[in-house]
Amino acid sequence: MSLAPARFGMAFSIPLGSELAALVAVGLLGALGYVVFPDDLAFLTRLISITLLVLSLDLVTGYCGVATLGQAALFGVAAYAAGNACIAGLTNPFLLLLVGMLAGVIAGILSGLLIARFRGLQQLVLSIAFGQLVAALANKLTAWTGGSDGLSGITPAPVFGVFDFDLYGHAAYWLSVGALAVIMAALAAFVRSPFSLTCEAIRDDDLRARMIGLAVYPRLVAMYAVSGAVAGVGGALSAITTGVVGLDSVSFERSAEALVMLVLGGAGHLWGALVGAILFQVFEHYVATSNPYNWLVLVGLMLMAIVIFAPGGLMRGVDLARRRRARRRG
Amino acid sequence: MLLTILSLIIDAVSYGMALFIISIGLSIMMGLMRVVNLAHGAFAMIGGYLASYALVNLGAPYLIAALIAVVGTIIISIPFELLLYRRIYRKSDSLTQLLLTIGVTFFIIGVMNFVFGPTVKPVPLPSWLSGPVDIGFRMVPAHRIFVVICGALTALALWVLFDRTDFGVRLRAAVDDSDMAESLGIRTDVLYLLTFALAVGLAAFGGVVGAELLPIEPYYALRYMVIFLVVVSVGGAGSIAGALAASFLLGLADTTGKYFMPEYGDFFFYAAVIAIVFLFPNGLLGRESG
Repeated sequence: MSLAPARFGMAFSIPLGSELAALVAVGLLGALGYVVFPDDLAFLTRLISITLLVLSLDLVTGYCGVATLGQAALFGVAAYAAGNACIAGLTNPFLLLLVGMLAGVIAGILSGLLIARFRGLQQLVLSIAFGQLVAALANKLTAWTGGSDGLSGITPAPVFGVFDFDLYGHAAYWLSVGALAVIMAALAAFVRSPFSLTCEAIRDDDLRARMIGLAVYPRLVAMYAVSGAVAGVGGALSAITTGVVGLDSVSFERSAEALVMLVLGGAGHLWGALVGAILFQVFEHYVATSNPYNWLVLVGLMLMAIVIFAPGGLMRGVDLARRRRARRRG
Repeated sequence: MLLTILSLIIDAVSYGMALFIISIGLSIMMGLMRVVNLAHGAFAMIGGYLASYALVNLGAPYLIAALIAVVGTIIISIPFELLLYRRIYRKSDSLTQLLLTIGVTFFIIGVMNFVFGPTVKPVPLPSWLSGPVDIGFRMVPAHRIFVVICGALTALALWVLFDRTDFGVRLRAAVDDSDMAESLGIRTDVLYLLTFALAVGLAAFGGVVGAELLPIEPYYALRYMVIFLVVVSVGGAGSIAGALAASFLLGLADTTGKYFMPEYGDFFFYAAVIAIVFLFPNGLLGRESG
């Protein structure tokens, strides 16, 4: 599949334009969600933490071409780390996000070392094996994870000492929107860095990338560390905002779903990951509750349709339209 | 202790054989068509559901039910080949294949549960398979021996097919160089279709025969998808002997873990997988893979 090039920021010539655009856009989206679903803030908060997982997957799959079905491990490890830190007495929500981020980085480096070593079938199998290994450990180490009962009793302190994590979920929601906005802005800058561009070169042709002297493996591991940081914030957010961490946060299904969301929106595109994650989850929220199996049929049909009719996802279409318009003008 | 080890080996071998029967189809597909077919387990699941329906609702004898399952699954799978799989043979990258075949998997799970309901499907054994057999030092369930015999026959039949028939010659030619094979007049699209049917039929057969060890339930296709892939990756795509060796090795790793440290679940299985992939990147007996 030819992945859409991720040049969203090219249209802007203001310095830090695309970063500011990301900040403002996510803020506006957050406000929109607040107005449209005022009674469903818990759902939106959950949506944002999963969106961060999808963004992290975009970094390795969309930008580096690593086919992985084990990304949820990074998310889950960070969620457990933040949960344990909170139970141990570190209750400042920002510090907890930092803990999750660090745990995500460590898990990311470990999984990168394993998964980025090979390509193709070996890579896929290793990613699955890593994910399942973490899931088996989470199930076994009940002292840290609560096993199949889940880790509960996570009660972080109020945000800035004022905004409590109450039943209405306002604090949880705005904390999540803020985290997503900051990360989107940071990633908008990151994906235009020389480092990310060389990662895209590796994705497009790793042999040629090696020929021009790129150290492929270390670069992929480094990208995995960044990806782990993003997934880690998502995991920590889910632990903080829901107060529980279950085995589902490291599950194979979570990894597979994240991949589906990514390709729906468009891999190799930050906005693609965002759009895919939002559309998929809102849709799921309304359809899946009626019958999970009908939902599976729909997801299956959707995946087949994307591969055949729209390789590149929804954002690819937006990109093409933009380019056509630019050509007309120029 | 010795008795424990012996029964462990018997369990590992029968489990490994069940894995082999299902996975060898995937391995052949990957060797010839270079398709990472995540939906392979879904086809095994269709076989299990059909056999269960034939046995429980139609009252068919076991072997007839197995035949119905294999033929029925092949018939169901052909449209998938014609409409979808054809597009991803040999050339597309692994992400495309992964997405398409995981989509097929979700679709099949949803439809199967819509048609047959979301419960565990029994595949009841006939009386000649359900009793124990005395093999000298302990009693072994007859079904285990049956699985091993089925596995051995499958391996033998495939070897004869690949090494001794005209179809096998064409197939090996296409594996080595499909463009050359095509220009020599081999209809590769027909060959691919036949190989696909063979792979799916083997999956369905394994799903039925192995139902005691890998129970047929709604999420079968997802739960065991990983294991079948791992067998192929460890064995090396397209190699019968490799798949056999990998099945036994992984059956042994899994059974040993479950005997001595059941509370760790799949931990040792996946640790073994990672170790083997790193030690043998091209599979135990595989060729250089792309």
